[in-house]
Formats: sequence, structure tokens, C-alpha cells
Amino acid sequence: MIDQDVLVIGAGLAGMRAALAAAENGASVAVVTKVYPVRSHSNAAQGGINAALTDRGDKWEDHAYDTVKGSDYLGDQDAIEVMCREAGQEVITMEHMGTIFSRDDAGKLGVRAFGGQRQARTFFVADFTGQALLHVLHEQVLKHKVKVYEEWFVLSLLVEDGECCGAVVMDIRTGAIHVFRAKAVILASGGLGRVFEPSTNALICTGDGMAQAYRVGAPLMDMEMVQYHPTTLKSNGALMSEAARGEGAYLVNALGERFMKKYAPNMMELASRDVVSRSEQTEINEGRGINGCVLLDCRHLGEKKINERLLTIREVAKDFAGVDMVQEPVPIRPGMHYQMGGILTDVDGQTAVPGLYAAGETACVSVHGGNRLGANSLLDTLVFGRRSGVHASDRAKYTKHKNLTDASADNDRQHIRALLDRNGPGEMFGKVRLEMGQTMNQHLAVFRNQQGMETALAKVRELKQRYEKVIVHDKGKTFNTNLIFTLELGFMLDCAEAIVLGALERRESRGAHTRTDMPKRDDENWLKHILIAKTPEEPKVSYKPVVITQWKPQARTY
Amino acid sequence: MEVTLNVRRYDPDSAKPAPYYQEYDLEIDETHTVLDGLIKVREEVDGTLALRCSCRSAVCGSCAMRVNGHAVLACKTKVRDLLHRGSTKLTVEPAGNMPIIKDLVVEFNVFWDKIRAVEPWLQPQGVPPQQEYIAPNEDMLHLAGVMACIMCGACVSDCTVLEVDKHFLGPAALAKAYRFVADPRDDAEKSRLGKLVQYGGVWDCTRCMQCVQVCPKGVDPMGRIMALRDRAIENGYHNSNGARHAETFARSIKHSGTLDELRLPIGTFGIWNVKEMLKLIPLGLKAQMRGKRPPIFHKAIPGAENVRRIFEKVESKR
Repeated sequence: MIDQDVLVIGAGLAGMRAALAAAENGASVAVVTKVYPVRSHSNAAQGGINAALTDRGDKWEDHAYDTVKGSDYLGDQDAIEVMCREAGQEVITMEHMGTIFSRDDAGKLGVRAFGGQRQARTFFVADFTGQALLHVLHEQVLKHKVKVYEEWFVLSLLVEDGECCGAVVMDIRTGAIHVFRAKAVILASGGLGRVFEPSTNALICTGDGMAQAYRVGAPLMDMEMVQYHPTTLKSNGALMSEAARGEGAYLVNALGERFMKKYAPNMMELASRDVVSRSEQTEINEGRGINGCVLLDCRHLGEKKINERLLTIREVAKDFAGVDMVQEPVPIRPGMHYQMGGILTDVDGQTAVPGLYAAGETACVSVHGGNRLGANSLLDTLVFGRRSGVHASDRAKYTKHKNLTDASADNDRQHIRALLDRNGPGEMFGKVRLEMGQTMNQHLAVFRNQQGMETALAKVRELKQRYEKVIVHDKGKTFNTNLIFTLELGFMLDCAEAIVLGALERRESRGAHTRTDMPKRDDENWLKHILIAKTPEEPKVSYKPVVITQWKPQARTY
Repeated sequence: MEVTLNVRRYDPDSAKPAPYYQEYDLEIDETHTVLDGLIKVREEVDGTLALRCSCRSAVCGSCAMRVNGHAVLACKTKVRDLLHRGSTKLTVEPAGNMPIIKDLVVEFNVFWDKIRAVEPWLQPQGVPPQQEYIAPNEDMLHLAGVMACIMCGACVSDCTVLEVDKHFLGPAALAKAYRFVADPRDDAEKSRLGKLVQYGGVWDCTRCMQCVQVCPKGVDPMGRIMALRDRAIENGYHNSNGARHAETFARSIKHSGTLDELRLPIGTFGIWNVKEMLKLIPLGLKAQMRGKRPPIFHKAIPGAENVRRIFEKVESKR
């Protein structure tokens, strides 16, 4: 058994920020992560991080309003206020730690424009901001000698007397299963992109944390709100950063028109992501696309600017679409990118289960509501990662360890044993995962309808049954990725079910949830969050009012 | 498109663990990468194949491995591009210079230990400013070229020095060190360089260019190592074999337009370094026997003064 005050699960931006905050607050901290920290998916965030810095005439209230409007009024305004108020300090802290933010001519931090915001307030490092922040936080974790269990995989959370007090974790290297005991556990294990196929997300984004919390009784919120990013490559779903449009790139249809003028005459290409994705999909559906895509045209930006600020995506487009964006427009289409929903938490990361915290994409505070603004996700991870770390380490000061023993892992050990002992003909995880992903991408994409979502629910439930018979071919102990993928699929199926249930429940169109059969937003009945909780029988659906402080819902135009 | 992936396998859990090669015949798309092929194997053909991968777009650094003998990111390498002259087979092996755990998965802790050894965190002095540090954008852009490193280990895999000397810090760690030495906000340049000129540091690179060639992110680790050498000398670290070698070399060219091979080792090790001088005797005898002993009286080439003028011009511009 391995004891620490605070156990952090996941070593992306949220996890490492939480771990540092908890360690600075005097707690003994361990981080468990299924990949090396710098492999985390925070890497993939390209464009930047939003903050209203007052010394350049910006106001956090303006940032908050843009976020509220972007969320289609589903974001909780008290949480959004916290995030936007603390954003500036968080960016400065990251700069002091060593982030090499781009500068203006005076040597101060430079900004670029980003979607859904009336002012340029996105701080950036070329087009690999997430990677730059992630590596700097990793440097700090090394500096502070925070204990990190690298390539360890969490199987389940432990709850005693209604409080979360640890986790059961497998060392991927040896296959050995250990009990980690903690006075507080912070889930920072990222999103669930792989529930969809294709997705911009890394293969590790399998919703582990959401499913683990759900299984111990923490409800999931806003799960129907799945963001489709407007600019992804058709070939493999790879992301072309919003920074391209922030720097001035155009979206063009088959007729050569900048079609956004029809849908968002003021903000054009820089409207909110849900708006742009819907517009693109409409163009494609109405026959003005090219092979299921529209075009992202960067040519007028010039090679110098592209190399200085968009080099990564220039490479990605060359590698995966065979197109050099200096010479030609890049065919792109909306692709699954981000889960606005997640484990319900308050502004200190506390979930409904005492002792269990969540931060980052795995959590739902909710600051993103129905649609997340570009460059608000990095901010979300840092602000709420830090707040969770502080609160969890405070809790550790007055909490005693629960009475766990090594036998607390026996359930998981038996489950793994049974899974490995299952033999005979039968399918591997791969086919079930692919069918799940394709189903979700077909029926829970940019446009949805009742019939499609019901089809998806039936399919997900069928796949859950088939999952119970999936065969793990690798029977070994060392680095058994076949086993890991199979366990991840179990987590993903739970997430998929919650997404479909949430989507079926919301009988209106709001943010990323657009129903062709119910196209209007309905504030009277649906200005509320949908919660999905696990029960011994069917998952239970309930509601939570949206917190409104200063911005009353209005019609949303860009 | 048909392709055969010839994969080096190793299963430590088998009765008699030993590496072997296994061939997988696949039907794949023209645009597919090596990683697409390997994922197809593990999801549809053989679930026991172990490899690391995650982002599929060359940012996470998980899938460095050797394909046809050279380190690449599998996710960034198109199968089509490596099939030459009608061949339909690719050989896929784990990254080099790190112990193998299983199949294509290598022990990365040796990599991280070297990263840790260069104290890879910003070390500013004094109280940080209220707002951000003021820094020129050119400096940040320059550092962005190094921060683009994704720690995939491709350079370490193919480093020819690490192959013979495990003490070498290696291209990734030294590039990381450069990132701080060149950061205007870092105040530990001198002490960092003092450590980097020791055995295993910047002077142990043989400039073979392998790291530059295999780096999938254009980080140019060797160029960073050379820049560290320059900065070390500028900071007064002349007292190492490497620095003396470089300085003796340059002096010789400057004065005679050609290398005085006889005096190069003497200048490098120092004439009073009896141990190293004694070691040179058998080498000298061997060279003598094969008629390759450098002339005792070193002569300048015709027009050596032009070479000197080049040096003076370059030096005046520093």
C-alpha cells in the first residue's frame, strides 16, 4: 500500500498544476499517470490561453461575458467569473516559471485574436502553446521533486464511509496491482475523444476519470455538449488550430465564397466554434463542399507569418493531407474535439463524493456550458487544477487515512484475472471500439435528431453487452497494452451511454447540441444542466439550475 | 496497397525470452503511416504487439522507433515513402540506446535521468517582476525552436556517441540545457556551463549529425551543442580537452592555413600531461611505420596570410 496526502490522477496541465499547488501547500503528493507527463494530451492545444490583462486595457468582465455568450448561456456564471478573474495571474505565473510566450515589440507578452471574443486576449507560443506549457510544468514538477508514478494505470477509485480515500492502480511495466491511499484524490485524467471516431484527440483520451467517478456515484453533467472543431483534416481527423483563423485565414466553399458572411456577418471566421462548425456542415450538406470538406485558405498570410506562427499545422497539413498551406488551401471539416461536460464539480474541484476532486477536461465546473471558446481550455486546466490542489491539500490537513489494506484491491485483481482467463473465439476490443466511435460520430455530431440518437443508444447498449465477452489476446504481465485498451473501452462505453442519455434528454438546441427536429433554444424549459448518475438499475437523470450572476440570456448572434 | 511489416518482437514473459522477427502482411491505404499499420496489427491481427503511441500527429513523442534502421516517429512516417524500388517490406524495431522492455517498448527512464541531470528548470535570480519578464521576441522565437522538442528520444536512439559511452548526456538533454542557457530570464548560465563542460557533456559530441537528421521536429540538437561550446568558451571555460582541442585547431589554421597534426594532441592534453603523452608514443610509432607521421616541422601553405585575414575579419565581427 502506498500512502500520500493527495493523490493526483493524470499528469497533463490540470494534474501537474494541482500537484504543484498541493505540494506548495505542504501536502505529500503523488501523481499517477498512464503515460509519461509530457505525452499528455494537453500537448495538442495549439492556439493559446485566454486572459484579460488589465495593464493592456482589457477587463476580466469582458472575457467572462464572451465566455458566457460562447457557452450559449449554459455556463455557470459564478464559475466563469472565478476563471476569468484569475486568468491573468495564472498566465503570469506560467511566464515566470519559464514559458516562452510570444512577445510584442516592447518585449511584453503578445496576443492574437481567437474565436468568439471581441478582443484579442489569447497569449501564445507559436502554435504549440499547450506543449510549451506542459513541458514547463513538467520542469517544475522535476524541480520540486514531486513523486510521479509514470505509466501506472488507475483501475478504480476507493470509497469508504462515503468518502473517496484512494485508488487501485496497476503498474503497466510489471502488471502488479497496488492500493494507493490518500486523504484526497484529484482526477485530472482528461477527455473522452476516443468515444468518437474520428476525433482530434489522442488515443489516450478514453474518459477513464469520468467513468471512474461515475462508477463511485459522482454524477456527470452537460455530457451532451460535445464540441466539433471547425477545422480538422479529413484523412485522420488531425487538428488545424483555430490560430490559423485568428491570424486571418479564410473559410471558403466550393464556389470560392467566404460563406461565414451568411452565418456570422460580424465575426465571420472567428465566430464561436459551434456556429462555425454548423455553418460548414450546412455548406457541405447543401452541396457546396468539396469531397465532404470546405477549404481553409491561409495563402494570403504569407510564408513568413505562417512559419513564425503556424509552423506546426503547416507540417501537419503537409504530412497528413499532402497540402502545403503556403501554396494551397487545406480541405477541412468539423471533427470531434472536446467534451464540455464531465464530472460535476464546484469552483474548488469538489465533486459530489467527499474527498474526490476533478479538474480539467474530465471535470465540468461548468465554465464552458454548451460551447467552449478556443483557448479557454488551457485556462480551465490551470485555474481549476490549482484550486483543486489547494483545496484538496487543505482537506488533507484535517482528514485521517481510511482503514484500507492491500486486500482493497482484490476486486480489481479478480476482475483482471477473469478478463485474462477468458479464452476462445470472440472479438477483440478494436472492433467494438470502432463501431462505438462510428455510431457516435454518425448520430451525435454537429446535427442530431431523436431517431438517430435512439439508434445510437440501442447500439451503445448492444456494444456494452458484447464488451462483456471481449477476449484479451495478450496474457502476459509486462506492458500488456491489449489489457489496458480493453479496460479503457469499458470506461468509454460508460461515457458514450451518458452522452447519448444527456442528448436525448435535452429537447432543444443549445450550443454544440443542435437538433434538426428541435432547432430552437428553449430558455423557459432547458436553461438548466442535465446530470447523469449511476444507480444499480438504469442511470438516473436529474437537473441543476444554471447560475446566472450578471448576464441575462439573450439571442446569440456573431 | 500491400505491405509487410517485419517487426522485431520480444516478450519478457515467455519461457525463454529472446528477440525474434515477425512479419505482418497488411492491406493499407496509400496515405497510411507506419503507425496506422502497427495499430491495425494490434487491433485486428495480433493484440499481443506492444508499442507506445498516442497523439498521431507528432506532438506527444510516444512512437519513436527504428524503421528500416533509422529512428522516426511512426505517426509521421508514411509507409509509401519508405518503400523503395518495388520493395513491399519495412523493418520495424525498437528505438536504440535504451533497454527493451517488450516488443517496441523501450526503457525510457535512462532518457529522463539525463534530462533531470541538466537541472531543466528556469533559475532566475531575485524577486520576479509584478508582471511578465520583458524579453525580446527574437529570443523567444529562437528558444521556440528548441522548445519544439517533444522528448521522443529519436536523437538518443541513433546517437553514435551513446552507443559507445553511456555517460554522454546525449543530444536531447544537451538541447534542453541550451534552452535555459540561451534564455534571457535564466541567471545560472555560468554554473550550468561549468557542469556541461565536464566528462559526458558538450565536448563529447563527435558531430556525426545523426541527431540532426533523425529529429522529427527540426530541433537541431547538434547545433545547440555547438552553441553551448561557444558559450562555454565565451564564459571562460578553456580548461577542458575539448576547449583546448578547438582552440589549438583554430590557432593552427589561423597561423599556417592547415592543421598541425603533431601539435594538436599536445595542445589538447597539455605537454605536462605525462599519462596522455605516453599514450601517444605507440600511436606515433604506428603512424611512423605506415608512413603517416605528420611532419615534425609544420609548414604554412602558400597564401596562409589570406586565411589569417579571414580569421581576423570573423573575429572582429564577434
